[in-house]
Order: sequence, then structure tokens, then C-alpha cells
Amino acid sequence: MFYREVGQYKTSYSADEALFPILQDKVGIAVILLVAFVGVPLTASNFTVDSILIPILVFSLAATGLNLLIGYTGLLSLGTGGFMGVGAYACYKLATFFPGVNIIVLILCSGFFAAAVGTVFGLPSLRIKGFYLAVATLAAQFFLSWCFIRVAWLYNYNVSASIEVPTKTLFGLPVTGPTATPVTRYLIVLSIVALLTLLAANLMRGRIGRAWMAVRDMDLAAELIGIRLYQTKLLAFAVSSFYCGVAGAMMVFLWLGNAESESFNINQSFLILFMVIIGGLGSLLGSFLGAALIWGLPIVLRAAPAHFGVSLHSATVEQTTFVILGVLIIVFLIVEPHGLARLWQIGKQKLRVWPFPY
Amino acid sequence: MHLLYSIFVDPFVQMGAAPDLLAQTLWEGLVSGILYSLIALGFVLIFKASGVFNFAQGIMVVFSALTLVGLNEHGVPAYLALAITLVVMLALAFAVERVILRPLVNQPEIILFMATFGLTYFLIGVGELIFGGDPKVMISDQLRLPSGSYRIPMAGGFVQMQKIDIAATVIASLMVAALAILFNRTRIGRALRAVADSHRAALSVGISLEQIWVIVWFAAGVVALATGIMWGARSNVSFALEIIALKALPVLILGGFTSIPGAIIGGIIIGVGEKMGEFYWGPLFGSGIESWLAYVIALVFLLFRPQGLFGERIIERL
Repeated sequence: MFYREVGQYKTSYSADEALFPILQDKVGIAVILLVAFVGVPLTASNFTVDSILIPILVFSLAATGLNLLIGYTGLLSLGTGGFMGVGAYACYKLATFFPGVNIIVLILCSGFFAAAVGTVFGLPSLRIKGFYLAVATLAAQFFLSWCFIRVAWLYNYNVSASIEVPTKTLFGLPVTGPTATPVTRYLIVLSIVALLTLLAANLMRGRIGRAWMAVRDMDLAAELIGIRLYQTKLLAFAVSSFYCGVAGAMMVFLWLGNAESESFNINQSFLILFMVIIGGLGSLLGSFLGAALIWGLPIVLRAAPAHFGVSLHSATVEQTTFVILGVLIIVFLIVEPHGLARLWQIGKQKLRVWPFPY
Repeated sequence: MHLLYSIFVDPFVQMGAAPDLLAQTLWEGLVSGILYSLIALGFVLIFKASGVFNFAQGIMVVFSALTLVGLNEHGVPAYLALAITLVVMLALAFAVERVILRPLVNQPEIILFMATFGLTYFLIGVGELIFGGDPKVMISDQLRLPSGSYRIPMAGGFVQMQKIDIAATVIASLMVAALAILFNRTRIGRALRAVADSHRAALSVGISLEQIWVIVWFAAGVVALATGIMWGARSNVSFALEIIALKALPVLILGGFTSIPGAIIGGIIIGVGEKMGEFYWGPLFGSGIESWLAYVIALVFLLFRPQGLFGERIIERL
């Protein structure tokens, strides 16, 4: 009824294979982008933008990166935090060496450093599979974490062993550092995320995406139909790490303002893995939904007792949040193991046939 | 040239020059390796019988040790507390089977893996709510665990061995022997191995999956408790112990996910390798290499044997 594609005829293959072949999707995406680019900056408070929207976008991008690897290529990786860190530290070093260059260019460039590192740590993936590979990528995580502490060159030998973001301007407007307004940073993050998501969506529809999915479904069969396994897997590692690296650079430069090695530890990797799995493996939309849920839920849980006039000790709230989060993850996996993206698909089907049951 | 010398020659010269230090390092590596393998053992038990990669094993170690110490703090005698903790672990095994495993049967591995993450969060939250987040001291004296150390003279120096470490080694060996007997010589063990081979085939010959899972998770709980006591006696009982669970992962891939002897030998290789690396090669890299050396050792082994040293051979068919 509401989501009916009947009557939307396509007269050419290219129209049929468009990114959004259905009119409702086109309108929906346009509305979402309009709200995100215009509505939010006009209405949302600084707190909402800075501690809810920007983090969700940054994590969405990281989750998209990990989803390319786990959801589309079937390679389990636990090194996400480390790859994000590579992006962040690379961006910091680039900003030191090339102070005059546009910061957005630097953020995107730092993704390539992450991609290079990711490719190196993806090398064992041809021989190792499944959980064995996951543990192998932990080597990347711990080695990189160690580098962020021990290699003083990375943080310019400062005593606090952390990286401080310098103030950078774009068209005379500060975009990074303490003087930048949350809305400016939000708009830049949003643009980068939108752009890279579009790129990912198109990548998935083409030869590369199909090769990845073939490898995920069965790598032996994929090899037999002529897909070069090694290149395909390494490319997946490179692209995934690129996304994670850009997300890491944005996390430091456009959200937190400073960072130390702790920001990129193993827990970060697990957090992003959560987002991917709760959101839905092999779904770009899922990455966004997962990031929103995993980041938003603890905020809601923390705010809830105060909202209802119950005052609790902050430690108690923290622990209760842990318990509730744990229970929710389990319940969610039992109810819908295919993630939030699947719920959305079911919802679409319901909208399509409403008011009839089928 | 100098670098090559300090990597390939110098450490061995040092080893030859001070055999007592070498023996000391080896012993320490052996002990920490055995403790790693105890955690890995918990992983292997559950992975073998239910195909679940149980991330919560680390937190089960902390949780069981906390329960034991927390009960004792509330005036329960040590051995009674031990018994109650075992009951708690049994209850946990039942709860996990009923609430998590049963509804998720036949789901892909990664979903079950995520579910154990949920369990980890839940146990962290509950543990901190009940017992508080502060580190606690293990009740070694009440449990009559030995303390103090032996000094064994050797080649001009001496090797110091903590009695608790010796106890840990003995307990670990006993536990492995008991598990080996359980797996290879009993009815339950045969059922366990059947389930590990194929859930469906096991079901069709009348083995109760539910029962097996409870048994396995309880066994893993007992292993966790033993690990918790040993680790707790060496340092404190705190949630920081959860991190050591991650150290058990390279042990697992080295030994193979499905092999109990693999877990032990893998643990010893990792433990010894890590301590030797840190002591003799660590200063070259600016120390702290313990945090990732284990993974690199495991990775190198994996490149030659993708299924681990003792894992079942991976055969792929179209």
C-alpha cells in the first residue's frame, strides 16, 4: 500500500540496475539527506550534534568498513581499532608535515596509509580462515596498539603521549581544533560519510563487490569460476582498512579533538564488530542502524533514571547499563539474528502488502 | 651488522653465560604458559562440544573468583564458599543452555560468538553490581594454598620457584588428566565427542544435546574457577584479569581449537616464547613486546599449519 513499486516500469537495463530503482527509495533518501544536511544543523543542540550525531556517523563509517570485510567478503577481523588508529596517527603526521594542505584531503589521504597497513596484515588470509583469521588479526590490533605507545615519532615526541589536533581552517572557518563549532564539524563528517557510503554502495553493485560476495559464499567455488582469491581478499582488506582509517582520522580530528593509544584499543574493535552484527551482516544500511543503536542505547540508558526522577549512584548506572546491554544483545540475537537491516526488510514487506496479511 | 649480532648472537651468548637466569626465565614462561593453557582449556571444551567460540570464558574466570572471594568476605567459610561457587557455576551453565544456546541452535558461528559477548557484558555488570569493581585479594591462606618459594642453587646462581606456581602446575596437570579420562574413558565423554562430530547424528542416536551442553559449560566453569584461584593468588582478583583471556587466543590457534593437548602444549610454547622474547630480545625493541609477541608466534605457526598444531585437518569440498 505505502511502499508499492507496482507500475514503475523500466525501459532500459541501466534504469533497472540504478542505485535506487524504486521511486519511494529515491524520495526517502532525498528526505533523509535533506533532514541531515539542512534540518539538523538548524535545529539540533550542540550536545546532540557533538555527542550523538557525529559519533554515530564516524562509527557508521568504521562499521561500513568492517562490514565490507566481514559481511561482504566473509573475512572475520578484530583489528578495526588498530586500523582506525593508523588513520588517525597518519592524519596527525600528515598535518604536521603539510600544514598548508586542506584538512579534508589529509583525512582522505590518511585512509591510504591505513589501507597499506591493512593489506600487510591481510596477507595471512589466504591460508587462514574463520576464527583462526580473527585471532590473527588480533596480532595487528596488539602490534599497532603497542606502536601507538612505543613509537614516540608518531605523536611528535610530546610528553603526554597523546595527539592534539591543531586548528585548521577551511574558507576562513575553523573546522578542527577547539574553536570549531560542532555544526561545522558535523557537516564535514556527514559529507565524507555520505560520499564514501555512495562509493561503497556502487562498489558492491560492480564486479569487485560480486567477487567479494562470491568469496564469502564459498571461496573454493569462487576460485573455480576464475576469481583470483588472493587479490580479491587483499583488496577487501585494503578497502575495509581505508574506510576504518578515514573513520579513525575523523574520530580524532572532527570529533574528539585529541586521542591517545587507548582510543584505538581492542575494545574499540569489539564495539564496531557489535555494530556490524547487530546492524546486519552484508548490509550498508545495517552499519548505520547498528552504530546508532550501539552508540545511542547507553546514552539513553544513562539518561533514563534521571529522566524519571530516580537518582542513582553513577557507578550503579554504569553497571546496570552493562547488564541491560548484555541482555539486549542476547535477546536481539535470539529474536532477529540477521540484524536490524532484516527488520527493516520485514517492515518494508509489511508496508507493501498492508492492509492485507500477505 | 651490529643489529644482526644483537638479534642472532648476543641473546644466545647471554643464555650461555648465565644458565641460572635462563632456567629462571624458562620456569616463569612455563608457569604463565600453563595458566594460559588453563584458560584455553575452557575455550576448547566449549568449542569442541557446541561449536561456540566462547568469548565469555575470560569473564567466567573473573566471575567465579569474585564469587568465591566475595562470599568469603561475607563470612562464609572458604571451603563452603568454594562449594557454593561451584553451584553458582552449575546454575550459570543451566542458564546459558536454556537462555542462549537452545534458542540459537543452528545459527551461524558468528551469531553464537556475539551472544557470548552479550553474556560477557552481562557478567561484568552483575559481578560489579554484587561485588563492586575494586580489586580483591584471593583467599589463598584459607584455601590452604602454599605460599613462599624454593631456591634451587644452579650454576653459581639460583632459580627461585614460587610454591603457588608449582601448585598451579600440579593442579593444571591433574585437571588435564581428569578431562582426558572424562573425554576418552566415560560414557559422557563418548557422548561429548559424538556431539562434537555432528549435532544431528548425536541427536538421532538419542544423546541429549541439552544435557551435554550443561555438562560442558559446567566443566568450563570449573576450569574457570581453578584458573581464577591460581591467577588470583598470583595477582589480585579484578576485572583486569579479563584481559588475560585474550592471551589465551593465540594459545588456541597455536594448539588448534579442538585439541586438549594442543591447548596445553600451545600454552607452554606461547608462555615460554613470550618470556624469553621479552627478556632476551625485548630491550632491542624498547620492551613491552609481550603484548603482541604471542600473536606473532602463533601467526608464524599458522602460516605452516592453518589448523593449528593439533587441530583436526580442515578438508574442504565443493
